[in-house]
Amino acid sequence: MIVQSLGLTKVVPSGGGSLTILEDINFAARPGEAVAIVGASGSGKSTLLGLLAGLDTPSAGRVLLDGADLATLDEDGRAGLRARLLGFVFQSFQLLPAFTALENVMLPLELAGAADAQAGARRMLERVGLADRLDHYPKHLSGGEQQRVALARAFVVRPGLLLADEPTGNLDAATGAGVIDLMFELNAEAGTTLILVTHDEQLAGRCGRRVRLAAGRVVAD
Amino acid sequence: MRLTLRFFLRDWRAGELTALFLALLVAVTSVTSVGFFADRVRQSLTLNAHQLLGGDLLVSADQALPDALRAEAAARGLATAEGMTFISMALGPGGSQLAAVKAVGAGYPLRGRPRIAGAPELAGEEVAHGPARGSVWVDPRFVTLTGAKPGDRLGLGDAGLSVAAILTHEPDRGLSFFNLAPRVMMHLDDVPATGLIQPGSRMRYQLYVAGGADAVQAYRDWLVPRLGRGQRVQGVEDARPEVKSGLERARTFLGLSALLAVVLAAVAVHLATRRYVERHYDGYAVLRCLGARQARLASLFGGQFLLLGGLAGSLGCVLGYAAQSVIGLLLGDLLGDGLPRPSLLPAWQGLATGYVLLLGFAAPPLLRLKAVPALRVIRREAGAPRASPLLASLFALAALGGLLVWQTGNPKLAVYALGGFVVAFALFAIASHLVLRLAAREGGQAGLAWRIGWRAGFAWRYGLANLRRRGPAGTVQIVSLAVGLTALLLLAFTRGDLLDAWRTTTPPDAPNRFVLNIQPEQREAVLAFFRERHLPEPTLYPMVRGRLMAINGQPVRAEDYPDERTRGLVAREFNLSYLIELPEHNEVVAGRWFAPEDLARGALSIEAGIATTLGVKLGDRLSWSVAGETFTAPITSVRELDWDSMRVNFFVIATPALLAELPTSYITSFRLEAGRAAEMTRLSQAFSNLTVIDTTAILDQAMALMDRMVAAVQFVFLFTLGAGVLVLYTALLSTQGERVREAALMRALGAKRAQIAATQRAEYLTIGLLAGLLASAGAASIGAVLALRVFDFQGYAPDPWIWVAGPVLGLLCVALNAWLGARAALNAPPVMVLREN
Repeated sequence: MIVQSLGLTKVVPSGGGSLTILEDINFAARPGEAVAIVGASGSGKSTLLGLLAGLDTPSAGRVLLDGADLATLDEDGRAGLRARLLGFVFQSFQLLPAFTALENVMLPLELAGAADAQAGARRMLERVGLADRLDHYPKHLSGGEQQRVALARAFVVRPGLLLADEPTGNLDAATGAGVIDLMFELNAEAGTTLILVTHDEQLAGRCGRRVRLAAGRVVAD
Repeated sequence: MRLTLRFFLRDWRAGELTALFLALLVAVTSVTSVGFFADRVRQSLTLNAHQLLGGDLLVSADQALPDALRAEAAARGLATAEGMTFISMALGPGGSQLAAVKAVGAGYPLRGRPRIAGAPELAGEEVAHGPARGSVWVDPRFVTLTGAKPGDRLGLGDAGLSVAAILTHEPDRGLSFFNLAPRVMMHLDDVPATGLIQPGSRMRYQLYVAGGADAVQAYRDWLVPRLGRGQRVQGVEDARPEVKSGLERARTFLGLSALLAVVLAAVAVHLATRRYVERHYDGYAVLRCLGARQARLASLFGGQFLLLGGLAGSLGCVLGYAAQSVIGLLLGDLLGDGLPRPSLLPAWQGLATGYVLLLGFAAPPLLRLKAVPALRVIRREAGAPRASPLLASLFALAALGGLLVWQTGNPKLAVYALGGFVVAFALFAIASHLVLRLAAREGGQAGLAWRIGWRAGFAWRYGLANLRRRGPAGTVQIVSLAVGLTALLLLAFTRGDLLDAWRTTTPPDAPNRFVLNIQPEQREAVLAFFRERHLPEPTLYPMVRGRLMAINGQPVRAEDYPDERTRGLVAREFNLSYLIELPEHNEVVAGRWFAPEDLARGALSIEAGIATTLGVKLGDRLSWSVAGETFTAPITSVRELDWDSMRVNFFVIATPALLAELPTSYITSFRLEAGRAAEMTRLSQAFSNLTVIDTTAILDQAMALMDRMVAAVQFVFLFTLGAGVLVLYTALLSTQGERVREAALMRALGAKRAQIAATQRAEYLTIGLLAGLLASAGAASIGAVLALRVFDFQGYAPDPWIWVAGPVLGLLCVALNAWLGARAALNAPPVMVLREN
């Protein structure tokens, strides 16, 4: 199991009482698997993704990431694990505006202490078809190009697990389809495990497995 | 109105208005501190003009005033009193001391009341008379310098007088800025006994007049046409013009210093308002969506800013009031005692400054809110409206220009000051931009940081890239901090350097004592005094006091010269000398030194500078009046001389035949070795009419005076630095959202806390170091320009510590800022990157 959740529960204070966002989620993904997490708005999809990545801490239950119990790690420990293991793709791209495309892709390599970050990042950007956009800043790139940079950034460290949060949410249908094709190609090349959060049923259909959330619980797998 | 208040309180609680409030506060405090202080001084000048004058009218002259003037005043029913002032040695139990002696006759004071006490630290009580015959009053400084106390005997010339009291307040002394020697006040009738009225002694004679306003005016009308050369009359309205113009300059300088803080605060106001507006787009759109009309919203947001301006302005006035007393404290007794309380006027000016800043720098971004469409509630990217940079710049320039004109009261000076600010800002901006580009070259390659190996380079490269990409905001931070630091460094370092350098331009073997008033019959005895004590025998120069009457037959009138200094020069008597040999340190640059035929016919040699000032040249014939006699002679040579040599120098030297028969005294200068100062007391004892001037003491005193004034300006510059730090802070705040988001993303991508901290550290270190270095360079260059242009010496090298102090101070300011604002970014939870969706 590359990632596994046991009795995962997230409760947040709300008004006078509390609001349960996720309740008793037991979920696991095997290496190389592509899992789509689907559900309506507010069903807890993104929260689950955040917990699996160690971006957030659960109210109860545990997350095992590549065998490590996230609860036993501090924030820096979790960050180290993410640097080694995880790639991210976000709905709003989340590129650093201060950095060029190349610098954005170099970032995870440098954080992990890779020797030749620039060459690796350059190769990856060539792979996603942006060889002529290396020195462009995000604001000078189209939405589709920005998401390709984000994909390059996610795959440049050859992550064991790619977490994608509504990767086509901010793109038109045609551009979105192109990005998704690229993502699956890269996924296949690297043998990465993919966990994809979406409410797009068609996109979810391209994954081998579909987990449906409703009101904080797994209702179908 | 209640809604406005509620909104205001909500924003206040949320900290949305803090930066704006602080910026306004610094600006208003800075302006009012100087304003209140200047107001007190102005009041003491105008409200107490009668007292400053000692009467309703003051007639003064450098020769005894004719009795007719006093008789006419008496005939018109006016009260009169007479006085004399002169510089003399006063011989007390603790040694001799140069004193500014004032002798007053019956009737003094006509206006104002002096205060006397038994000891210098007491306030004393008011009296309506001067010292009794045979006694003197001395001021606290005289006591400090000589240790004299009531009951002691004081030698003034040939007279022995007893110290009767300490003069703790002298209403017509004016501001002691201009009085270097301590005061000794005596009775007019004791003056003849001192034997100090001799040829060559500089006496000033005063006639105080007081009475009904009409009678005084009528007397003045009668008097003015009858005034002779060297006589002048002052009324209440023109009291102390020299004090006024000196203070006016000081006020303008302090005012400009205060305005530098206002300029930086203006930048902070602009940045803070922009941030405020950007954070209120959504709220504004929602309010629009809920049906609020534009006018309603305008009054809602405008009202909040008005309220803020009022609050910050009021508190700023209170703080400014407190700060002005610090300025007063730093200047100490330079301003005499008992300045009146300030009026409310500066408070209004402070409030006005706050509102002008809001209007010029907050209104343009605030007006952008009006353009936010209600559609934004659905499409967030809808209409983040762009400001019109032209409109904003116009507003800003108009506001700044207005403040400058108002503060300086002089449009031309305001334009220079504005130009100076703009040039300084531009130079700093260009320098910081170039350095940033060099360090992290655009395009992300081959920059300096790239070459420092990547491990060290990672934090630096990302830090620098961040700074570079914040673009103008980054530059503004560096420049503002640099300007604030420059102001501080300039005074802290350059001042000391320049004064020290100035002091050392005087050669070490230069004379340090001047002896004046040596009478012809005392020459041999004085020289014998030096010989007997094995002191080097000084050269005695003859000196004759004369008035310049005409140039080439044209009468010389003071009012013909536009320059104030020249006017004063022409109105007074010149010190003339007569010599056969050209003195050492003098060099003839035009014409030739006295030849035998010149000695026979009579000729003049004039100093080059004064020749230019008076507009005379070789061959011009000057007519002089000396003790009632007149003579005319041509200029046959122009000399240049070294004023720094501290030797006796004369503007005009005549051939002996012209002057030798006229009343002459002798003057000399020489070097007295340290440790032999007591010899001068003996000299004063032996020749009580001599005036011995210790130039090192006067120089030290002048420097102490300068130090105090600089300390006051430096205090005002603290506001400038405060405003610079505030700009840094607001700039940091305005990019904080971005920083927090970036930090969250980096953490999501696996960055450790230490890595993010290192990146931020690199960015802040760069800001602090760069601003500090720019400030060091700025202060050093301004110092170099001052050295060359004002102090007129070459080869000025600033104290090398300035290059340490600048960066260290810069880093301290940045550290303070980082402590205030950077932690938020460091603690950004990584899950934020998901919530943003």
